[in-house]
Amino acid sequence: MKNSKLALTLLAVAIGLIGCGEEKKPAPSIEIKIGHVGPLTGGIAHLGKDNENGARLAIEEANAAKIKIDGKEAKFTLVAEDDQADPKVGTTVAQKLVDAKVAGIVGHLNSGTTIPASAIYNQAGLPVITGSATNPKLTEQGFKVVFRTVGRDDQQGPAIASYLADTKKPKLVAVIDDATAYGEGIANEVEKTLKAANIKLLPREKGTDKTTDWKAILTKVKGKKADAVFYGGMDATGGPLLKQGRELGLTAVFSFGDGACTNDMTKLAGAAADGLLCSQAGLPPQAADKKFLDAYKKKFNVDPILYSPFTYDGANLLIEAMKKANSADPVKYLPELAKSNYKGATGQIAFDDKGDRKDAEMTIFTMKDAKLTPIAIIKSGKTTDYAEFMKMAAPVAAPAPAAAPASAAEPAKK
Amino acid sequence: MKKNRRALWAGVALIALTLLLLPFALSQAGTAWVRIANIALLYVLLALGLNIVVGFAGLLDLGYVAFYAVGAYVYALLASPHFGLHLPFWVILPIGAAVAALFGVMLGAPTLKLRGDYLAIVTLGFGEIVRIFLNNLSQPVNITRGPQGITGIDPVRIGGIDFSRSDSVLGVVLSGPMKYYYLLLGLMLVIILINVRLQNSRIGRAWEAIREDEIAARAMGIDTTGMKLLAFAMGASFGGVAGGMFAAIQGFISPESFVLVESVMVVSMVVLGGMGNIAGVILGAVLLAFVPEILRWTVEPAQQALFGKMLIEPEVIRMLIFGLALVLVMLFRPAGLLPSAVRKRELTQERAP
Amino acid sequence: MDIFVQQIINGLTLGAVYAIVALGYTMVYGIIQLINFAHGEVVMIGAMVSFTIINALAAAGLPPLAVVLIGAGCAIPVCMLVGYAMERMAYRPLRLAPRLAPLITAIGVSIILQHLAMLVWSRNVLAFPQIIPLTTYTFLGATITGVQITILGLCLAMMAGLALLVYRTRLGTAMRATAQNPQVARLMGVDVNRVIAATFIIGAGLGAVAGVMVGTYYGVAQYTMGSVLGLKAFAAAVLGGIGNIPGAMVGGLLLGVVEALGAGYIGDLTDLCRYGLGPAASCADGGHFVLFGSNYQDVFAFVVLILVLVFRPSGLLGERVGDRA
Repeated sequence: MKNSKLALTLLAVAIGLIGCGEEKKPAPSIEIKIGHVGPLTGGIAHLGKDNENGARLAIEEANAAKIKIDGKEAKFTLVAEDDQADPKVGTTVAQKLVDAKVAGIVGHLNSGTTIPASAIYNQAGLPVITGSATNPKLTEQGFKVVFRTVGRDDQQGPAIASYLADTKKPKLVAVIDDATAYGEGIANEVEKTLKAANIKLLPREKGTDKTTDWKAILTKVKGKKADAVFYGGMDATGGPLLKQGRELGLTAVFSFGDGACTNDMTKLAGAAADGLLCSQAGLPPQAADKKFLDAYKKKFNVDPILYSPFTYDGANLLIEAMKKANSADPVKYLPELAKSNYKGATGQIAFDDKGDRKDAEMTIFTMKDAKLTPIAIIKSGKTTDYAEFMKMAAPVAAPAPAAAPASAAEPAKK
Repeated sequence: MKKNRRALWAGVALIALTLLLLPFALSQAGTAWVRIANIALLYVLLALGLNIVVGFAGLLDLGYVAFYAVGAYVYALLASPHFGLHLPFWVILPIGAAVAALFGVMLGAPTLKLRGDYLAIVTLGFGEIVRIFLNNLSQPVNITRGPQGITGIDPVRIGGIDFSRSDSVLGVVLSGPMKYYYLLLGLMLVIILINVRLQNSRIGRAWEAIREDEIAARAMGIDTTGMKLLAFAMGASFGGVAGGMFAAIQGFISPESFVLVESVMVVSMVVLGGMGNIAGVILGAVLLAFVPEILRWTVEPAQQALFGKMLIEPEVIRMLIFGLALVLVMLFRPAGLLPSAVRKRELTQERAP
Repeated sequence: MDIFVQQIINGLTLGAVYAIVALGYTMVYGIIQLINFAHGEVVMIGAMVSFTIINALAAAGLPPLAVVLIGAGCAIPVCMLVGYAMERMAYRPLRLAPRLAPLITAIGVSIILQHLAMLVWSRNVLAFPQIIPLTTYTFLGATITGVQITILGLCLAMMAGLALLVYRTRLGTAMRATAQNPQVARLMGVDVNRVIAATFIIGAGLGAVAGVMVGTYYGVAQYTMGSVLGLKAFAAAVLGGIGNIPGAMVGGLLLGVVEALGAGYIGDLTDLCRYGLGPAASCADGGHFVLFGSNYQDVFAFVVLILVLVFRPSGLLGERVGDRA
């Protein structure tokens, strides 16, 4: 009998919860809900919050602009959910957003949660734009509703690899990764590009995302006389890797993907960090759009961390498409979204037929005097010196070109 | 017991009705809740499987998630575009169970001599080894796709019914998650039935004897080697079934879903509910599986209201609850919330006449 | 050759860390046959406390050695307190319970400690301020840093100190008596509870030292660092013969060297292209077809653990401490 009581209690709880899902009476204006998902708790909660802030900013600006859709004034609200960076939770919250009848979704942050969630959105026919999931697989699933404003791993990997190959001309490269989806993914792409450039490679070495002792691997690399190292992984493991390499007297050039392209590298690797090369998907925030930076700073009182310009653009793209279609109905505005050609905070955005961003820019940084400094922009395989790029972009982009170099000294902070 | 029979049947009928209607009630609050219930059911399957090893045979297995992973990967490899195979689920599920059982024997065979605590550590190591292999078998030949995980896993399809879509049956709309709910419920009933039958069989009694005193059990003529291996294989096969269902429901799996914490979670469920008691284990699994959702609805708003921000994340509270549950249950109620009746009885009463 | 020597040095340093952590496991196991699953978390707390202190004093202008010593001086009592509290609250009440009970509480304690540490020190990877200047020496063509020499020396010193404690002091005699037979020890006037508590406290103190060492050597600490380290150290203790103090040392160093050599050479040895067996597409033009590489580094410890337990449960330095419940 205990069991039946329990079951009844559960049922009561379940029924009680129904009350929580009540919706507000629609105002005379039209209410449009836009979902955002990212980890708001857990190891990368700060990045999740940053993403959410980007989307929130876009929505509040749209509300302030009093956009008319279907003759009614549109009131956008952001439904922010937490997926804890866990695929299981990711699908649950995706369902929650579908239940809540949002018009579109910005998110998720990780590829690992975005991929399973995208199947649910696809079935519900809800457009989803991620500003940070870089795994190529996401858009290879054939879902028509999935878009991304950020570059794919197989766009970023080639960028840093070809920059490394062109400027440092290494003869033998050691590619190391941390055996995570991100680290392995980008390392694979780097390997491919280097191979195509006829550069010899050592067999792939792997640690984990918790490895602190890299000495055995680095000693092997030293023994094989590699003159460049690429590491696909985060700064927490990349820092010790770099430091231990220098301790062992390894003189090779060290290069990293965006996970280890943070100013924390100086804290983690000390003086050894100087001279490292690393890449970030997209334009550096300070080159992106001064207006966005200022608005973000003013609203949230912090600097954008990493991907918020991309989620900001993602939310704006949804809103633009709704404006053009004059409807918040996913069926009606989805074609407009696919046809987008929009000037966002991260540059001109258009999607290819998979939903990936066409010609996404990549930025190469180097560590100089304990600060990450952009040195080159790569777009459609073409490398432009950063200073030149800013000169070219100046008349079109920020109205105050003089401000750009000054803020250039302060890139993405973590 | 007999005079309570009517009450018992009434209770069973009530539970059955509740379980049948639950998804409809839940979907009123949102289909998301049905998904949460499905995850809870998956944990029930896992906890029932682990209960055979830990509860019945007394072998603490800290690497149980390995079998869950094996089941999930078998399903994913046989029903996804990765190898281009698309076998139906009723073919894969038994294969997954069999492969997982094989892994169970692989773990059990070399560790037969080991005592409880050593065995626990070895099983933990085994769980990690399986995960590390899954994570690294993308090179030199791409078998598991490594950390990238496997995408596009087929949903369950029976006849023309696709479990990933909504259908209306006799005028009632059944969403995908609801169909999975009933499938999981059915699997759970089958596994409960097997559990109950096992517990009261020669095999169940043999396990119990091994758990209480292995040397005495062998002296009584029990084939301890075979029985222990059987426990590992049976427990593992249920883990494999749960894993297959997980892969089908998620449509995407990667090694990060099969970490040590998952093993610990299932152990917590079994320990909290009451090792060896089927009802207790189910209770433990349901309680702990719903904890994160309950916390999401209570702790977050409460902290927001009290402090204006979140001081302690629900995720952390959840882990602290798991830890405390393990410690407090062992200290104050070692037999769990619903202690197994058998555990209270003397072993002598159980002996065959 | 110099590369081989370098790998041995890498392995010995890593092994020394395992050895010191393994000492904590072995002491407790030697006396009450309990796998103190939470020992790895004690090491983590040692690293975290020392991080706080070292971080605070980094800018004070004290000599680096003094800063590290103060850090250790704060970490050791904190860890001892944690060790004592753990024994008193989670293990002592269960001393007569079935073996599985204290093991399950130990897992619980380890989860609790991890997440409490997370609340205090955040989830982020903490970067130790780099205060110790890098001094390198060349030995047979290989590089060895001052910190590495210190770690190896400290490891030997701690083992010797512990051996002296166990074999030359009254407390040590009481410990060995308790390990032999707690009931009889009690009859002989040994305060068994105090001896066991003392064992936990000393083990935790060793854990603290290990934590400070790991933190300053690698320069990073995180609340999750204890579990993998703890598991590997446990494997080291089992390899050497659990309950045996020199065994922990031997097991630790050996495991460290196995890991370093494994990561350093297994990849080359299992490269099928070397033997002309690999598929032509991969091997063409100096390519590789590696079956097992450094990616399986973490597997070695577990494989060693399983092999030892299956084939020689008493470990390398044998001397099994009875098989009592």
